[in-house]
Amino acid sequence: MSTQPQQQSSSSQPIAFVSAQALRARMHDAVNNPHLRQSFRGAMDFLMAKRAAQFPDQDELDSLRALSEGIRQYSLSRLPDLLEQLEANLTRNGVKVHWAETPDEANAIMLDIARRHSAKLIVKGKSMVSEEIEFNHAMEAAGVGALESDMGEYIVQLAGEKPSHIIMPAIHQTKQQIAKLFAEKIPGVDYTDNVDALIRIGRNVLRDKFESADIGLSGVNFAVAETGTLCLVENEGNGRMCTTVPKVHIAITGIEKIVEKLEHVAPLYSILTRSATGQAVSTYFNMISGPRKAGDKDGPEEVHLVLLDNGRSQAYADEQLRKTLQCIRCGACMNHCPVYTRIGGHAYGTTYPGPIGKIISPHMMGLEQTHLLPTASSLCGACGEVCPVKIPIPELLIRLRGEANSAPHAHPAMVGQGAAYDPKISFVWRMWARLYGRPATYRAFSWLATRFRALTPRKQSGWTVARTPLQPAPRRLRDMLKDRR
Amino acid sequence: MSTPVVSTHAGHQARSYPSRPEAVYFYGTCLVDMFVPEAGMDAITLLEREGIRVIFPDNQTCCGQPAFTSGFPEEARQVIASQLDLFPGDYPIVVPSGSCGGMIRWHWEKVIGDDAALKARAAAIAARTYEFAEFLLHVVGFNRKDEGPATTVTLHTSCSARREMGTHLVGRELLARLGNVTLANHDHESECCGFGGTFSLKHPDISTAMVTDKVASLKATGASQLVTADCGCMLNITKRAAREDLDAGRSKPSLPGEHLATFLLRRTGGKTCAPTLPSLAAPQGGADASRGGPAKRPAAGDAQ
Repeated sequence: MSTQPQQQSSSSQPIAFVSAQALRARMHDAVNNPHLRQSFRGAMDFLMAKRAAQFPDQDELDSLRALSEGIRQYSLSRLPDLLEQLEANLTRNGVKVHWAETPDEANAIMLDIARRHSAKLIVKGKSMVSEEIEFNHAMEAAGVGALESDMGEYIVQLAGEKPSHIIMPAIHQTKQQIAKLFAEKIPGVDYTDNVDALIRIGRNVLRDKFESADIGLSGVNFAVAETGTLCLVENEGNGRMCTTVPKVHIAITGIEKIVEKLEHVAPLYSILTRSATGQAVSTYFNMISGPRKAGDKDGPEEVHLVLLDNGRSQAYADEQLRKTLQCIRCGACMNHCPVYTRIGGHAYGTTYPGPIGKIISPHMMGLEQTHLLPTASSLCGACGEVCPVKIPIPELLIRLRGEANSAPHAHPAMVGQGAAYDPKISFVWRMWARLYGRPATYRAFSWLATRFRALTPRKQSGWTVARTPLQPAPRRLRDMLKDRR
Repeated sequence: MSTPVVSTHAGHQARSYPSRPEAVYFYGTCLVDMFVPEAGMDAITLLEREGIRVIFPDNQTCCGQPAFTSGFPEEARQVIASQLDLFPGDYPIVVPSGSCGGMIRWHWEKVIGDDAALKARAAAIAARTYEFAEFLLHVVGFNRKDEGPATTVTLHTSCSARREMGTHLVGRELLARLGNVTLANHDHESECCGFGGTFSLKHPDISTAMVTDKVASLKATGASQLVTADCGCMLNITKRAAREDLDAGRSKPSLPGEHLATFLLRRTGGKTCAPTLPSLAAPQGGADASRGGPAKRPAAGDAQ
């Protein structure tokens, strides 16, 4: 692992992420799509209520958040050591550990494993890191099938889409849309919008695939350094199938998903499921500690772990930005985000949407492509308020805005630093600082602005798109005070 | 005077309050100074009526928040540096805005730079900075007789008041002390109104979607008016509602709004500087008037 920022070549991201201009267009389309607005509003309201019901006691929540934050910060403070310890213990357990700096490297490692086993089909449990590296795309390009087995991911894959939420990938789809999709894409299936029937259809398709797949792929929620254990949180049992039925299991995760001890997992697991889906516990909690041993009745013969950097080292190297890596991927920030609720996950154009996506994507993709994302927030603070590990998301959004605005090469810590630098905008803010930083100048300006308020422009940039114009009052507060005294 | 301790969900330590002081500094904020001066005047009148001397430092300009949140920390620092000398006495500093109060309380010390002496001064200022409504409730112990007719209002609490200052319950508590006022809660009450300073200029699509929903929620309560302790949110919400009124050809504002200070003063027998509601009409001679919209806004000073 390198602690230097990695320059990413444009080819290292298999899909072209969107330009700032295209992002604006997608946001515009999304807010003007009443169906999308209504469905996300309903879904997010549901998830917020479910989470709230899990935390009736504010004091308990406060202390669990503080504990969880402490565990994540402690883990990150020892990250290089813990990664070495994890590798040593996994190796001792018979797990092969691979290190990947870029998505391309990660895909090459896994393709190599697939080729050694002449694999034709990889069946996948839910993994956002596999989305991050465009795993399915890379495998298919090399002639290896990759099939999603999480129901939401399966729907999204069938529809040729990407997840719109990190926990509920198909949350943007209605049951009618899914019914239509299944009838169109799955041979022999008639249209039904009965949810139980739809799930049964999906399950039947996937059941066969678990048995015929050569490799199972999964993500990792917590990697325990002290024991060399990979913990996987899931609800559908497909994660257990992927990690036990095929002969080979490949787990992939980001380098930050590590904790030192098993006892550190329990509070994080508790706050993860309660924050994410409002469940006290998930239906399945898998602890994977190596391949099948002599006498074991099931389990894979070979287990691999791919540890991906992809810009995480850049965040790690800066004390403030490092907090980004505390994330346990619960999705509560997007569930509570008024912007996400209105534009949905796809508009972001990044693997990770919502508030966490705005602060982590710049490290993965560079600020050239992502500098508009941190600005698309009213800084309302709802994300920071619900974050189970207390990532100060608004503070990090402001920091990233500053990195993007500053003159290029002013601060070499980030790829794409200065990407939003605009000499004209910078000049405006310098003038603003002179105006408001000198009380006498401000007094003169505010006197003129109020006395000549009739000259206030009627078109006021984005403000008057949907509002009546602002106009200074006839007299300032300080004038009114003087008149009175 | 007791020192009530209020818990905050903002992740900050619960705050203890001082006893009622002889005097306070009033930090009006640039928005109030230039755009909603009546809110500042009414807040000052309320404090003075309680026997508190109000000092208005003439060199006050802006808390630096617009530059800070837009990602121009150096420009914010310059403005903050010009404000550190304003409060030489050790009186509390009262700010009629959660977001400006939050800026002073949580961000000045960080933004001011590495100079230990400057940091210490910013921290000392932060420690005695209070949001107006918070101060009125917890320090002044505001409890005046409601002299107004029965009315129903709806309340919007700014995100900064809610999450930075932890004063989301203060507005409710103050309104509850008015015997003839009923508070109508709106759905998604804790959700942002979509202002966000330069966010509303930079991302009009999203900001408009947010404020349109907020206006609809507030209107759905059937309340006769909006009350809020933040003028940024107030202008965002009421100017959006005014635009909807124009587009619909309504001559009477469907969602008039005013600062909590104005509302409290008017209800408790004080003389406000604000025009009588409903009055949130288009600017004088503005585009709205030419489109047959509401009549011009009475000049704030005329009411005196």
